[in-house]
Amino acid sequence: MKENLYKYILGVADNSLILGQRMGELCGHGPSLETDIACTNISLDLFGQVRSYYQYAAKIAGDGRNEDDIAMLRKEHEYVNVLLVEQPNTDFAYIMARQFLFDVYHLLFLQELEKSKDLTLSAIAKKSVKEVSYHQRFSSDWIKRLGDGTEESHQKMQDAIDDLWTYTDELFHQTEADKAMVKEGIGVDVTKLKDNYYQIINSVLEEATLSIPELKYFQKGGKQGIHTEHLGYLLSDLQYMQRTYPNMEW
Amino acid sequence: MIEHADIDTELLPILDQVSDPEIPVLTILDMGVVRYAKLVDDEVKIKLTPTYSGCPAMDVISDDVKAAFEKAGYKVSIDLILSPAWTTDWISEEGRDALEKYGIAPPLEADADKDALLGNKRIVKCTNCGSQNTKLVSQFGSTACKALFQCEDCQEPFDYFKCLK
Repeated sequence: MKENLYKYILGVADNSLILGQRMGELCGHGPSLETDIACTNISLDLFGQVRSYYQYAAKIAGDGRNEDDIAMLRKEHEYVNVLLVEQPNTDFAYIMARQFLFDVYHLLFLQELEKSKDLTLSAIAKKSVKEVSYHQRFSSDWIKRLGDGTEESHQKMQDAIDDLWTYTDELFHQTEADKAMVKEGIGVDVTKLKDNYYQIINSVLEEATLSIPELKYFQKGGKQGIHTEHLGYLLSDLQYMQRTYPNMEW
Repeated sequence: MIEHADIDTELLPILDQVSDPEIPVLTILDMGVVRYAKLVDDEVKIKLTPTYSGCPAMDVISDDVKAAFEKAGYKVSIDLILSPAWTTDWISEEGRDALEKYGIAPPLEADADKDALLGNKRIVKCTNCGSQNTKLVSQFGSTACKALFQCEDCQEPFDYFKCLK
């Protein structure tokens, strides 16, 4: 139970950590000042949520590690985030497409996690749900603006959606820890979010005049710690300070 | 909120000295982040709740509260609580006035907030001239809790404190 709960929390938190890091990379590099600030604010929200999750995970693990150790000192294959969130900041269309494809899932997920029997997880979800609804509003807006914009912006957004689509199905895969926690009334049954997810996504894409990709094969592996090449580079940046100055404190 | 039953009256003046580091015109009581403050035996026990999960002001507020009570000769312990989640409804009337005077438009009700942030309706009042002829510049402002607006009459750019419910 304890081990499954610990794994479960990481499964939830790692997505936000890695996406938060990706958005944080835009600090000073956003396409405009306002967008730069928006992206880093989203990053900050995600990091804030992650702190609550990892503090709880550290308490559950009870082996002397703290939130920073869990966030910073794991190896690549020990991160269990979905592949979607580690995909690189190719261009702004990719950044918003990745955000949108995750936000829609994230909001649906948190709305269910609010009902968790685990009071800490439920409290974090209740707090986060308010923040994430702003994220989704922001990213949906950009999908529509770029999709239904100029010929060039439309093409770029379509390319991003086409490329990232292959990573969406993994969101709805259950791990062993997931199954165990669903049984306890603690975890969210992600398989049940799928229909709703694609319904919301499709309606936004339609409004954005974008076409919905038809794919038969979907990528997976992140939840088992098997990642795309991009995660290693991201982690080397994320973990630099802790690796260079072990045990440093902020 | 000051009428909060979980705060000992004698502790109010000390809490009132601590302000939000990002918005110095607001005390933490005005912000509604103090959820509990009681003298138990010889120790002050305090519960704070963050506005946003990632609010960097939270650690500073915690340190400031600790310092204020220690200066007043109290022993103090501070807990951060997440539930119930903070809402902009907990900002006091005084707090809303102070925000507006400081140049931050106070939060609207949830539905109106949505209209304002989607750019559907021009309803956020300019903090400089009072005109409602204002436009959304960015859904996120200088901090996660704010959005950026500009007045189309006097041209003043200003922050709007987003509704969180």
